[in-house]
This record gives sequence, C-alpha cells and structure tokens, in this order.
Amino acid sequence: MVEIISAGFGGQGVLTAGLILAKIAINNGKNVTWIPSYGSEMRGGTANCNVKIDDQEIASPFVKNIDVLIAMNAPSVEKFENMIKPDGLLIVNSSMVKGKKYRDDIRIVKVPANDIAREVNNPKGLNITVLGAFAKATGIFDKDSFIEGIDGFFASKGIVNPANRLCFEKGYDLLDN
Amino acid sequence: MEYVLMKGNEALAEAAIRAGCRFFSGYPITPQSEILEYLSWRMDEVEGEFIQTESELAGINMLLGASAAGARVITSSSGPGFSLLQEGISYLVAADLPAVIVDVMRYGNGLGDIGQSQGDYWQLTRGGGHGDYRVIVLAPASVQENADLTYLAFDLSEKYRHPVLIASDAAIGQMVEKVVLPEMQEHDIDKFNWSIKGCKKGEEQRKITNLLYYMGNYDSFLIDKYKSMEGNEQRWESIYLEDAEVVLVSYGISSRVCKEAVKVARKQGIKLGLIRPITLWPFPIEAFKELSDKCKALMTVEMNILGQMVDDVVLAVNNAYPVYKYTTVKDVPETEIVIEKVKKIILDEEV
Repeated sequence: MVEIISAGFGGQGVLTAGLILAKIAINNGKNVTWIPSYGSEMRGGTANCNVKIDDQEIASPFVKNIDVLIAMNAPSVEKFENMIKPDGLLIVNSSMVKGKKYRDDIRIVKVPANDIAREVNNPKGLNITVLGAFAKATGIFDKDSFIEGIDGFFASKGIVNPANRLCFEKGYDLLDN
Repeated sequence: MEYVLMKGNEALAEAAIRAGCRFFSGYPITPQSEILEYLSWRMDEVEGEFIQTESELAGINMLLGASAAGARVITSSSGPGFSLLQEGISYLVAADLPAVIVDVMRYGNGLGDIGQSQGDYWQLTRGGGHGDYRVIVLAPASVQENADLTYLAFDLSEKYRHPVLIASDAAIGQMVEKVVLPEMQEHDIDKFNWSIKGCKKGEEQRKITNLLYYMGNYDSFLIDKYKSMEGNEQRWESIYLEDAEVVLVSYGISSRVCKEAVKVARKQGIKLGLIRPITLWPFPIEAFKELSDKCKALMTVEMNILGQMVDDVVLAVNNAYPVYKYTTVKDVPETEIVIEKVKKIILDEEV
C-alpha cells in the first residue's frame, strides 16, 4: 500500500496530479482510490487529495499515515508534514516554500516547480514537474508508464501539450540516479 | 474488461443512462451535485430530459409525472434535501409508480455538514414519509457498486412498481476508483399497460392515482407486494460465517473497513466474520441463518451515533446473541478500533 497526499493552493493542479497517479496505477493493474478534501474550502485556499495504491482491495480511501506528501505551498507542509511516516518522502515545491526546517527522519526532495514550469513556458505544468520528481524519487512505476499516463490523461480531455513532457523530464532529472 | 476511472457520483449517473433512464429532475446539494452536473450534459447527448428544478419538492413531483408516463426516472439529493423528497416518495408508493431516488448521505441533523455519514438509515429503511410503506434500499460500497446497483435499481423498481432508494454516502460519491460500466440498454416508454399517454377518443382511459381509492383487494395486494419483495430481494455478502466467533454487520463505506478488519484479525488468529447487507430493506435476515454455533456475538459498525442498524440485527437474530455497536460521526471507522472491540467482546469485557 502506498499512501499519498497531494496538497497546495487551488489552481496548482494538486487534484489533477493525484488523478494522473491514479490513472498510472490502474494502467499498472493496481487498485486505487482517490478522494478530494471536502470541507468548507474557500477560493484561493488549500486543496488536497488522498490517493491510495495497492494490490489488495482498499478499505478506507482516507490517508492517515503518509508515504509520500506532495506539498505545493507552505500551508500544505504545515498541515501534513507530521503525518508522514518515518523514512517517508516529502516532495516540496521549493519555488514557493523557502527557508524551512523539515523533520530529519524523512526524505526531502525540493523541486523548484514554478521556476521550471516558467522556464519551459508552461506555467500550468508545475504539477507535471513534480510528478517527474515523484517518478524518479519513488520508482513506484517505470518512467515510460508515467509518460504514457500523463499523455493519456490529457489526451482523454482533448489536450495535447508537448511542454508537459519537458516539465516531466526536468523534474525527473533533478534527482541523481 | 475495460476499466475506467470515475467518481462514484458520476459512475452512478452514467449507469442510470445505461439503464435507459431518460428523465432527471432535482436540485443540487453537496455531496451529490456531480450527479446533476454529469446528467446536465449527458441527458442531452441521449436526448433525455434534465431539469434543475426550483426545489426538491418540484423535482420529486415532476419525477412522479414522468414515471406515470412510463419513463425510467431518477432524482438525487442529500441531507435536508433528501428530507424534502419524503412526501413525494409516499405519493409514488401510493400510486404504485417506479422511480429511483438517490441519497448521498452527509452527516448531521438540520443543515449538518457535507462529510460522509450513514445517519439516514432509519429514514431510508422505515419509510421516511407519512403513511404505511417501506421501499427497497440498495447500499453500494464502492464506485463499481454505485454503477451496478443503480443499474439494478431500475429493474427492481419496474418489477414491483415501487420506488427504489440508493443509500450512497459522501465518501463513495466523491471517491474515484476503477469501474467497469454496464451495457447500454434502451427503455421503451410505451411498453407498460398502465402508463398514461394522453387519452384519444375511443381509447381505454388510464389513470394514475392512489390505489387505495379504487382497488377492491388493497389489503391483500399490499401484503403480497411486501411479502414478495422481502422474499425475493434480500441481498448480502458474507465472509467466514462458518466459524466466526464474532460477526460484524456493516454496509457501505464502513463495510470496507470491516472487510480489512476481518483480514487483519484472521492473521492474528481471531475468528472474525462479516455480514454486509447490500439491501438495507428488505434487511437480509436470511444471512443470519448462516451463523454457526461458534458465534458468540455480533457488532454493527456504522457512521451514526445511535447505532441505527442494531435494531434490525437484533430482530434478525431474535435475541439469540448480544449485539454490540461501534459507531462514529465524522471519521470513517478504523480497522484497529474494530479489532480492539472484538477482542473485548471475546474476553467478555465491557465494549
């Protein structure tokens, strides 16, 4: 079982990032649940989704102990860092979260997602950049299946955007082999 | 089989279309608004009618009209909106009309809140409106069952000329899982010998009104109708009843946790079993006949504080076993707590 929370401001694509992970998971024959945060959210406030991936049937869709936290802004780090399992992974958008001290019993991957997305002229692609880092850091599925999953997800919505691939690759290449 | 990823609410809406449903009238309310949102464009594609009404009251009454004309119809609501449908449901029952009505349960009394809940069990299973009725209630526990049971609901509703309710909840409605969608079928609006079409001169007049007013054998008609539903439509899933010392009884989102709890408990050598009612009414009393002489007690696990399903379990086992409950309000029940309570039951400690 891999338990993931993807969190950030509304508009940063955190729910989409979770849905793409769900898509990649079922393409790989896994069971998956995805559920959005569902409180009295406000425009411009934080949004998040819980994703669980498993070979077994999944009981509750709600994540209690996080394996991987994708945090696109500072409030998301504050809200969820404590729920990460020891040795878990925090992927943080370092374009927006700066000068922070993190727990020392978890692995931190910093992705300057806004900067990279802007660099390749694809400002909405920051979530895809983070998925690149996610793919490399977790190794949960192979790189090609991430690429197919991302392209397939957007193709099903009638969107073809080659710059997403650039974002993904740059995120992926941030980490050493 | 081709899997697609879908939200529970959307899978439910698509299954309705595939069951031949071509009429929706209702009003939005969280956490079921995706059903309206989806049907608002999907009904157009299949040349059905989608009406966002001025209130739930208008919605349920338009539904009655479309059902009287022979269409397959659906409406959906939650919380206070679902309460507003009750008068109309009573009228649908009175007029012997099919309809599928969805309650995506949210928690609380009054306005309550928008999170998942199983607090409408009594309202759903006892006949939430005035009068003397009960309706078939189907309780999905996954996005797949949201599709499958909605599809089935139309057939059952037509078979008995009786409303069928879907007892979903905010978690099942909001979550995305993989789902295999059912086959597309067409419904012939003119196939019934009872529906009204507008009376041309010389044709036999049909009317849709309360059966009570013109049916001579109304008592025996009702007795037979309910007996037939109770006899034929009990549905459930059970695991490990053959040797279970404690049996959980749970449906919907809570039953998923119970299934996990049974697996974990069995690994620890605890003989735990589960009955998952799929029909909340008729309550699957047949399932309880499978309990073995090793059974010591039962425990319902449900998302309401009163333990609303306990009554039905007590009746089903005819006081042969003690019935405990583990109830939660805002959070989905937890596997570890289920197992803790089961251990206490086995040791005869206070639960």
